[in-house]
Amino acid sequence: MSQITRRGLMKTGAAAGVVAATGLPAKAANRGGTLRLGLAGANTSDSWDGRTHSDSFMIIMGHGTVFDCLTEVKANGELVGELAESWEASSDAKTWTFNLRKGVTFHNGKAFGADDVIASLQMHTAEGAKSAAKPIVAAISEMKKMNDHQVQFTLAAGNADFPFLMSDYHILMYPAGQIEEAIANGIGTGLYKVESFDPGVRAVVSRVDGHYKDGSAGWFDSVEAIAINDSSARMNALMTGQVDAVNRVDFKTEPLMKANPNVEIFEVTGNQHFTFPMLTNQAPYDDANVRKALKYAVNRQEMVDKILQGHGKVGNDHPIGPANQYFAADLPQLEFDADKAKFYMKEAGLTSLDINLSASDAAFSGAVDAAQLYQASAKGAGININVVQEPADGYWSNVWLKKPWCACYWSGRATEDWMFSTAYESGVPWNDTSWENARFQELLLAGRAELDSDKRRSIYGEMQAIMSEEGGTIVPMYANYVDANSTKLAHGDDIGNLWQMDSSRITERWWFK
Amino acid sequence: MGSIARIILQRLALGLLTLLIVSMVIFVAVNALPGDFAQQILGQGATPEAIEAIRKDLGLDQNYFLRYFSWLGNLLTGNLGISFAQMNFASNMGGDQLIGVAEQIRPRFMNTMFLAGVTAVIAVPLSIILGLLAALYRNTVFDRAANITTLSSISSPEFFLAYILILFLAVLNPVFPSLSNIFDGMGFGDRLNKTMLPALTLTLVVTAHMMRMTRAAIINLLASPYIEMARLKGISPMRVIVKHALPNALAPIINVIALNLAYLITGVVVVEVVFVYPGIGQLFVDSVKIRDIPVVQACCLIFAAAYILLNLAADIMSILSNPRLRHPK
Repeated sequence: MSQITRRGLMKTGAAAGVVAATGLPAKAANRGGTLRLGLAGANTSDSWDGRTHSDSFMIIMGHGTVFDCLTEVKANGELVGELAESWEASSDAKTWTFNLRKGVTFHNGKAFGADDVIASLQMHTAEGAKSAAKPIVAAISEMKKMNDHQVQFTLAAGNADFPFLMSDYHILMYPAGQIEEAIANGIGTGLYKVESFDPGVRAVVSRVDGHYKDGSAGWFDSVEAIAINDSSARMNALMTGQVDAVNRVDFKTEPLMKANPNVEIFEVTGNQHFTFPMLTNQAPYDDANVRKALKYAVNRQEMVDKILQGHGKVGNDHPIGPANQYFAADLPQLEFDADKAKFYMKEAGLTSLDINLSASDAAFSGAVDAAQLYQASAKGAGININVVQEPADGYWSNVWLKKPWCACYWSGRATEDWMFSTAYESGVPWNDTSWENARFQELLLAGRAELDSDKRRSIYGEMQAIMSEEGGTIVPMYANYVDANSTKLAHGDDIGNLWQMDSSRITERWWFK
Repeated sequence: MGSIARIILQRLALGLLTLLIVSMVIFVAVNALPGDFAQQILGQGATPEAIEAIRKDLGLDQNYFLRYFSWLGNLLTGNLGISFAQMNFASNMGGDQLIGVAEQIRPRFMNTMFLAGVTAVIAVPLSIILGLLAALYRNTVFDRAANITTLSSISSPEFFLAYILILFLAVLNPVFPSLSNIFDGMGFGDRLNKTMLPALTLTLVVTAHMMRMTRAAIINLLASPYIEMARLKGISPMRVIVKHALPNALAPIINVIALNLAYLITGVVVVEVVFVYPGIGQLFVDSVKIRDIPVVQACCLIFAAAYILLNLAADIMSILSNPRLRHPK
């Protein structure tokens, strides 16, 4: 299976169906039992509407449990078909033909087909709809039903990542004509069907009989997800055996959990990263030398050690993470170097610099402390950082994108193009550095329509290098996803690193020993 | 008895006025919080256009007075309105199957009442008996021990008590579950078992107040001549306290019990969060977090009404328990 290159998969995903069908976990898995999850990230406003999913409870119970997408990223990062069996692109990556899996039914018995795909995608661009996946679907200029199990998408501009984007957890497949009912009751094609759902409190689902993933996923008889937003209560629930797995382990109690023989911690480094974006159209950040001085004035390892308590990796001032396909692992690592910082200060014609850094724990947990560490390490280079503690309420509307330098976080994106075009393409609303770089922009457009995997690697590698060298954001660290489970549970060889809890697919991939 | 009816009516009218003022204060306070529903729900995705769109859908773009009075108007017709979360959801869906605030709160409120009920059943008899015994054996080791224990438990923060109980009753000796995730359709025994730890925590919080009031009220009376007389007749100390002193001490005790019962309904937020008990307190916290004003207001009104009604009940009970007030000259 390893001979299948990504390009092969991208252009003709014909083998993808085979991968999914034979994707048996290396270790023998057992059927049975009720998985009890204690999950943070639940809200009383939760619903089965994929367009609104943004927090872990619904991401896990939505795309990971009750619903399916067209494609799926496996735990090892490989893209396979979920409801799509295979796909094929035209040479300009503009026209994509998806062959759908046959014989799939929704939980209410309706057969899944091309109409459902089209209706489900149209939900995101419907008038008044507030969907986080709107830009993805809006890029499709035409959707054509070729036959009951084939759909052709024509994109406004070529996008080699299109099948990847179809794995996004917002883009769930609903039964056409019954979408309202499906959202009200949670009717999908997933491995588990909804038994009861109390938003912000609890969801219970049970295994569907005769599912297309039989034998490769879905080992539990039922799953009970309990909303436990309070972190001490969540850790307690796992320690006392009330639940079998929890997300977002509290670093403070982590040593205690490690000491418990019935609990194990699992952590992965994904794309989630913390940033300090500066508005590069404002002085002094418009000077690349000032930005460089700031890049050398931060002690990244110290931040990983003290803010993340070691649960992370140092960042390199670009937003592409280890979970991305073309992550440039060989890029020279920026390190704290007071002399270099001073050198670039001199280049900028400055002997000292007084700047404000706005931070609040709304940006990320520990942001204010991180800003203070920055302040301490930058002092040696003659840079006086004044940490401005901003109120957590309204941080994203009043501080981020408004203050010249602030703290921010990104959960990362599954593809390089998606990440770059969300926050670093010139002119996009979330460009939190107002950064414009002609070469970067040119590479971005070239990479988007390029189907050749090697060429894309070099394109995205160069983009990461440009950002690392002179970009407007400081990315001191990647934060790990740290979750914990009872030792009664077992899982495959790899743990997905796109989201928490094995890319939010713990209910599909794990089993009881 | 006519006077009691008049008092009740008077107090109810005053209560309504209080509720009106409370609703205004809450409305102003919630609006004074930085950020609104649109900003909270969008988080990092709060672009000005998206915020405007949501505000428009929810009517948040109208001025304060208009919003307050339309809410008040609906309330007077018994309509608590629809939560922002639901309205926002509906604008996404274009559907009209909306769950009103009342339906949203009802199951949560019932859960909170259940917890309050279980706690009251444990705490009220316990504290009255402890109070009586403390009065009977006053200044003995027992009295001191009871005082020290209850006073230290009331002086500790609730979450601390909760964790101590979890440590001893869930981690070291797994007697009760540390997670109180009760749900509809659960058997009564199961439900009671899951509710035990939060109920015990609340018991520790409210016992001291009631117990010490019982003790003080009775000791106060023990110095009066008619108790002296009873003692001289040779009645046993226990009988003196239960038969002679307690009836006259009931008024202050009932007052304190009512106050504590009200606390059980309104003050359970922390305990509910620690034990993940799906009561009204959790809903309240969640709603404040996303600035869901209709839900916050409805919760506050319920809290305020609970206080007003229980206080009213306490006053009426103390009148009924006191012949001098029952038959004024």
